[in-house]
Amino acid sequence: MEAHFYVSSSPHIRDRESIRKIMFSVVVALIPALVGAVYFFGARALWITVVSVLTAIITEGLIQKLRKVPVTISDGSAVVTGILLAYNLPAGCPYWLPVIGSFFAIAIGKQAFGGLGYNPMNPALLGRAFLLASWPVRMTSEWVAPRGGTLSGITTWTGATPLNLLKQARKVIHHKELYTDNKIQESFRILSDISSSYSALFWGKVGGCLGETSVILLLIGALYLLYKRYIGLEIPVTYIGVVALLAWAFNGTKGLFTGDPLFHILSGGLILGAFFMATDMVTTPVTVKGKLIFGAGCGVLTVFIRQFGGYPEGVSYSILLMNLTTPIIDRYVKPKIFGHKKVE
Amino acid sequence: MKKTFKGGAHPPENKEYSNSKPIEDLPLPDRVVIPLIQHLGAPSKPVVSIGDEVKTGDPVSEATGFVSVPSHSSISGKVISIGAFPHPFGKDIQSVVIESDGEDRWNEKIKFDEKYMDIPVKEMIEKIQNAGLAGMGGAAFPTHVKLSPPPPKKIEIAILNGAECEPYLTSDHRLMLEKTEDIIKGFKLIMKILDAKYGYIGIENNKPDAIDKMRSITSNEKNIEVVGLNVKYPQGAEKQLIKALTNREVPSGGLPMDVQCLVQNVGTALAVYEALAYNKPLVERVVTVTGSGIKEPKNLRVRIGTLFKNLVDYCGGYTVEKGKLIMGGPMMGLAQYTDLIPVIKGSSGFVVMTEEESFLEEPKPCILCGRCVDTCPMKLLPCTLGTLVEYSKFEMLGEYNILDCIECGSCAFVCPSKRNLVHLIKYGKLKYNEIRKKSA
Repeated sequence: MEAHFYVSSSPHIRDRESIRKIMFSVVVALIPALVGAVYFFGARALWITVVSVLTAIITEGLIQKLRKVPVTISDGSAVVTGILLAYNLPAGCPYWLPVIGSFFAIAIGKQAFGGLGYNPMNPALLGRAFLLASWPVRMTSEWVAPRGGTLSGITTWTGATPLNLLKQARKVIHHKELYTDNKIQESFRILSDISSSYSALFWGKVGGCLGETSVILLLIGALYLLYKRYIGLEIPVTYIGVVALLAWAFNGTKGLFTGDPLFHILSGGLILGAFFMATDMVTTPVTVKGKLIFGAGCGVLTVFIRQFGGYPEGVSYSILLMNLTTPIIDRYVKPKIFGHKKVE
Repeated sequence: MKKTFKGGAHPPENKEYSNSKPIEDLPLPDRVVIPLIQHLGAPSKPVVSIGDEVKTGDPVSEATGFVSVPSHSSISGKVISIGAFPHPFGKDIQSVVIESDGEDRWNEKIKFDEKYMDIPVKEMIEKIQNAGLAGMGGAAFPTHVKLSPPPPKKIEIAILNGAECEPYLTSDHRLMLEKTEDIIKGFKLIMKILDAKYGYIGIENNKPDAIDKMRSITSNEKNIEVVGLNVKYPQGAEKQLIKALTNREVPSGGLPMDVQCLVQNVGTALAVYEALAYNKPLVERVVTVTGSGIKEPKNLRVRIGTLFKNLVDYCGGYTVEKGKLIMGGPMMGLAQYTDLIPVIKGSSGFVVMTEEESFLEEPKPCILCGRCVDTCPMKLLPCTLGTLVEYSKFEMLGEYNILDCIECGSCAFVCPSKRNLVHLIKYGKLKYNEIRKKSA
């Protein structure tokens, strides 16, 4: 009997990790937040997510067919993009919004650059940025109040999401000359009430994009990814740490170090962004040092936008902007190589 | 102090196929193929002609310079051919073929010399070269060259490498259990030649029996320490081993002697002892024949030049018709296209994997997950190196220090996209060196 041997370069064994395993683990990690979204905002949250995911998968498959490249919809990356895009939409938005957003995310954000691995920016966030620029009103006014709660998470102030409330109050206080005494009094009361929203923010009983509100459910998913080592702590910790520090230092109304760091951590899309979007492998640096820089940059930009920008929330744009710095970070921030004296 | 290095991977060990199998002597083959290249350096030159009678241990070729070693006949019989034959390195290489007379008559000079400790150091080094010694861990660098650091380089610490971090392989493990005294004698000779102050014996903690045995034999040696090492690949790579044991980093482009260290494999230490105490050239070695593609995996003492086919037949044959044959371990070993290749001085083992185990998946694009970066024991950026090679940006490879790569395979092992990173990097090194030569 003649034996037949395959020949290839070493190594001849590989571990069991694959793109598919990583992507579907991210999907699993995002499920608790979806359950929360359905509980707080109703079944519509689920349908928006389904529409977004299906659009992402179909778009990816169709474009790959057109590009005459292998169809890779089974690797799960389009599913992740679809879910993340949906999580960035208000629960009350019309169904065509996720369709357009998801199409843009995959077609322009991903496939136009060559598909998975070649996209410079997080496709889901790019899709959201596109929607926010094109339909700003729909994206910021279709909020749904959570089951048994208010948009703001505070019983006394029901009209706006927490970050919006804060933004408006700060605006009034900083331009006292433009507002009536009543309005100014009200704004101060908002600021003193805001800490009563902690619990609502933590559990997710608050208005916002459908997948971003529940801190605890997002953290459960994040813990799973940390345990599987598909994400590291470098980016989330520096990101959240810098946001907390800068918010504490500069976001107060009574001078330096009077801001409310906990409120800034819990509100908006920071937890979703820091653990699930700023950790996207393709669009973030590969080295530990690079990741620390990336996370810190996201933190600075987020507080900057929350404080001075036109939008109450800055997580998406911060991550998108930092995505663009990733190639430069990876070019210049390298680990100390074994046997080399110091970093060159 | 934690005895390890930064980075590294944890491939499945798969040592249970053969680690409890005592070393067996393979019956003498009918013929052997002795290649003239079995070491790093200049090929040796034949000193026999077709028709010559040779005894076991007779030289069949001579060294052609300092970084070169002779080869010896591993059986007694007649030279029947000198020509190019298949070789584990993947191409046909000049070899001397000897047909056995079945008697295994040894060269008379090979006998015990009780005064071997008194041989002058210079003579010891000559004897080691004449015995054809080359590193038996796999790289096969001529041993006498390593033992002659050019002045003023001085070796302070001699290290005996019993890490055997490659999955599957157990030949060093079995040697440490069965030839403990002789290995230690060889190591002490190495220390004497180098005038080394300290000796470390590094063994991965997955071989507690070997650690215990080595400790019991060296308990009276004040300057020799047996150190258990973290089980992590590539713990047995020279630079990583030195780092783990001494916390010294061999400088980029440098050699262990630049940090006053020297590493020798346990098999080589045994060969050093036999070369000096018995005048015995390197004509046999222990080889692990293993993997799920082999009916009865074994550790075999085999004459150099025996065709791998003979080893397989002795181990009951293959379990499959298609698969992968690897000389060495699965992380750094060389895939073979035929089993008609000879055992050479650096053949620590042969692994036969089934078709399902043989890795044949198509590579996918890099998703920049950074797993290779975390794993690389040299702290390089394997993903970037691979991409630069794919885009033919060879001139940029220097900026990413491609030449520091030790080709251990950890990056490709952990890559979720299954990229052939080692293949790309090896090709990149070739291209980068071409560019450097042109501009020099």
